[in-house]
Amino acid sequence: MPGPGLYFLVWLGLIALTALTVIAAGAGLGAYGALTSVSIALAKSVLILMFFMHLKYEKTLIRALLFLPVITIAVIIGLTFFDIGYRY
Amino acid sequence: MTAEEDISFYGSRGRHKGVLSWILSTDHKRIGLLYLTSIFGFFFVAVIFGVLMRLELIAPGRTIMSAQTYNAVFTLHGVIMIFLFIIPGIPASLGNFILPLQIGAKDVAFPRINLMSWWFYISGGTAVLVSLFTGSGPPDTGWTFYVPYSIRTGTNVTLAVFGVFLLGVSSTLTGLNFVTTVHRLRAPGMKWFRMPLFIWSLYATGWVQILATPVLAITLLLLIAERLFGFGFFDPSKGGDPLLFEHLFWIYSHPAVYIMILPAMGAVTEIIPVFARRTIFGYKAIAFSSLAIAAAGYLVWGHHMFTSGMSDISKAVFSFLTFIVAIPSGIKVFNWVASLYKGSIELRSPLLYTVSFIFLFSIGGLTGLVNGALATNIYVHGTYFIVAHFHYTMFGGTAFAFFAALHYWFPKITGRMYREAPAKNALLVLFTGFNILYFPMFILGIEGMPRRYYDYLPQFHRDHLISTIGSWILVAGLIMMFYNLIRSVFKGDTAGDNPWGGSTLEWTTSSPPPHENFKEVPVVTGGPYKFR
Repeated sequence: MPGPGLYFLVWLGLIALTALTVIAAGAGLGAYGALTSVSIALAKSVLILMFFMHLKYEKTLIRALLFLPVITIAVIIGLTFFDIGYRY
Repeated sequence: MTAEEDISFYGSRGRHKGVLSWILSTDHKRIGLLYLTSIFGFFFVAVIFGVLMRLELIAPGRTIMSAQTYNAVFTLHGVIMIFLFIIPGIPASLGNFILPLQIGAKDVAFPRINLMSWWFYISGGTAVLVSLFTGSGPPDTGWTFYVPYSIRTGTNVTLAVFGVFLLGVSSTLTGLNFVTTVHRLRAPGMKWFRMPLFIWSLYATGWVQILATPVLAITLLLLIAERLFGFGFFDPSKGGDPLLFEHLFWIYSHPAVYIMILPAMGAVTEIIPVFARRTIFGYKAIAFSSLAIAAAGYLVWGHHMFTSGMSDISKAVFSFLTFIVAIPSGIKVFNWVASLYKGSIELRSPLLYTVSFIFLFSIGGLTGLVNGALATNIYVHGTYFIVAHFHYTMFGGTAFAFFAALHYWFPKITGRMYREAPAKNALLVLFTGFNILYFPMFILGIEGMPRRYYDYLPQFHRDHLISTIGSWILVAGLIMMFYNLIRSVFKGDTAGDNPWGGSTLEWTTSSPPPHENFKEVPVVTGGPYKFR
């Protein structure tokens, strides 16, 4: 199990990524702006899941379960939008 | 206090006395019993509403209540039966009591969250009941709260919907607790494929509770926001989409059907091997079919919306996907029947209730195919056929399995045995009343009687009359069954630790179990259904 030092480092990483989000937002990336923000947010979630929520130290089964909600929401959104796409 | 009571959990009160030792307890067994009593309390309220509805429908025109009252009564019957009885039903009550015992644990993973979920349940239930008597009249939307009517009606929808929101929180917490418990607290040697199949079904249910219920919670909050602040999520006059509400509602409420039925299937799977005195047929097939039902349950919600104005291609896709659920359901039914084949069957009441379950659930399931097929659905949609179908699956299915499980685990929970003959007689009356009540509804539906109608044409009178008479017989059966069980709690003979000769872990400890379930942590060396 990790000590406080590692948590502190991860926290610094999260702060750095937040700063990066702010910089990217002001950089005038146009259509790529949203993609950049979402990618940075994804990287931050991975850090939190892996270190603060201890997924890094779990067995493969528990790590795999992370994808259940992701798949579920993809299916829900996919099938709902499928209807809306064909309705009009 | 006798020595026997001394070691049971009824004797270890914890820090509090009297009622507080129950409503503040973190013992999963006490919380399970709290749920059991409160669930059946609400059940009887909803039964009364149901009987009143049937009484109103005994003849065409007004009989005992106004049309507005009738709308409120069927709404509350649905809301209470669905959200307060059958969704928490087996998992929160018997699941809470039995799950840690069956996996050899001392308690669930989060005992305090377990207690909190009961408090959410009671708060939600109270809010729903208070909505009857406050504001400008009880809600009259039907249990589905469909927009735009639920936004525009002046009745007390907001409070009722908030109550259901709290019940959703309760359900999610229970699911979270069970999934974590199954992952973390299994006894040494209890590998995944050594778990009893009731646990597999609770595990699959837990995932549905975690993943689907938040969708309902969000949808209901959006509805409340729309009612209170006039947001335009769903109101077409403000650019909203009423079909979006139906999508979101059924994204939860269809998987919720499997929250209701999966634990029932699990309980039945425990009972059959014990009373057939042989191992279950197709252990892994049943375990995986629970997971498959839970997964496929997410893909089929659109079949509730075939006449709502969804796109034609979506209708065809949802109709096709709906048929997939029939496969794992069929696997279970065939495996139960195959498990009985060449067994040394003991026809005790838990097995009789179970066999009734298989019969009634099969009728419910097969008529589900009529509803799932797009062409026939258009014909029966919104008729009494649907009412008959879901009462066969939910009451004939889940509730009969609940009663079976209640009889099966009664000696473990109370340490006493109910009287066998009255239990069988009650089943006979229940089963007869059930079919007289609900089977005419299939015919009414085919003949075109729409559901939720207060009045009807004279041509439907005969079947409505038969159905109402059935409701009286059914209630008589319920009273007989509960009288026998409640009487036996106090006056039943001592049952012994393992009266059925069951082979799962809960039967290895004393009845009722001690506070921490086992004197020492059990070590598991083989599968759950070993009979000589």
